Amino acid sequence: MTTTPRVLEIRRKVLSKNDELARGLRDRFHGAGLFTLNLVSSPGTGKTRLLEDTLGRLMARGLRPAALVGDLATENDADRLRRSGAPVRQITTQGRCHLEAQMIEEHLDGWRLEDIDLLFIENVGNLVCPSSYDLGEDLRVVLLSVTEGEDKPLKYPSLFNSSDLAVITKTDLAEACETDMAAMHANLDAVRPGMRVFETSARTGAGVDDWIDFLADECGRRRAAHAAPAD
Amino acid sequence: MHELSIAHSLVGLVQQHLPPETTRVTVVELRLGALSGVVRGALEFCYEIATEGTRLQGSRLQIHELPIVIHCPSCEADRTIEGAVSFRCPVCGTLSGDLRQGRELDLGSIEYDAEGEGGA
Repeated sequence: MTTTPRVLEIRRKVLSKNDELARGLRDRFHGAGLFTLNLVSSPGTGKTRLLEDTLGRLMARGLRPAALVGDLATENDADRLRRSGAPVRQITTQGRCHLEAQMIEEHLDGWRLEDIDLLFIENVGNLVCPSSYDLGEDLRVVLLSVTEGEDKPLKYPSLFNSSDLAVITKTDLAEACETDMAAMHANLDAVRPGMRVFETSARTGAGVDDWIDFLADECGRRRAAHAAPAD
Repeated sequence: MHELSIAHSLVGLVQQHLPPETTRVTVVELRLGALSGVVRGALEFCYEIATEGTRLQGSRLQIHELPIVIHCPSCEADRTIEGAVSFRCPVCGTLSGDLRQGRELDLGSIEYDAEGEGGA
């Protein structure tokens, strides 16, 4: 028996399996009229707190939000978010540092997507790994708190660049932390030019209305676009 | 640290494309963009673990690092960003979000040994 060395061109994205699943999810979400957001940030930025307020306020406006919450362990975040009355499911990743499209798919069972207007996917707190994984979202939203330092976007350019918009949280602490807000905005713009940025404080409520207005408008606009007949 | 997941995906993808007569894989070529979010050293380390017990065991992971390339609307040209990440045209200073290269995490070609004569 002889062996021969050979070359084979494959040319595929390494995460093509995840990308295919994500495309399938996106089609399914659009078919059901869902507007889906993937929330990413470091641990402790305030994703869950902002989401608590967001779910409650959207429901008060007659919209039907739902949330999938990723964490390495515990049901704590889902328990917090359920108090809003919105459908919430916890995804525990058993130590994995990010969510993948397959995990989203597995946690949709039993939900009638037609009864949901906005789906929030709260990713695992991590500024590196979630950047590689498409979850079928319409928008990737990166959260950044004023306590984290102005240069966070420059330190984690992959995630900030892959995000569609940013929410700066805990703005009530900006003065105490001597945060240079102009520098924070400039750094966001340096890694993702033209990125839309919201400023919020869940504690004082400042800026939260703008965020909710944006979500409600965008949801309505997208639903109308997807509901429009194709021909 | 998601490089082990990535390494497993890479190995799975190669295995999926291996012709049945393959005896072993010798080289796997990967294109890695500066914005891929993957750390080269960590991936190389995890690759050894992920290939253990497969036909890829002992193969060389050949990584081609790709810098960020943006399209500058003022210069009407593609520009390579060197050094620190910034989406500013190195020639005229215009900020541009028009990314042309940098997110790659792509399997290119592989080299393998196969039973029998001939071949490509």
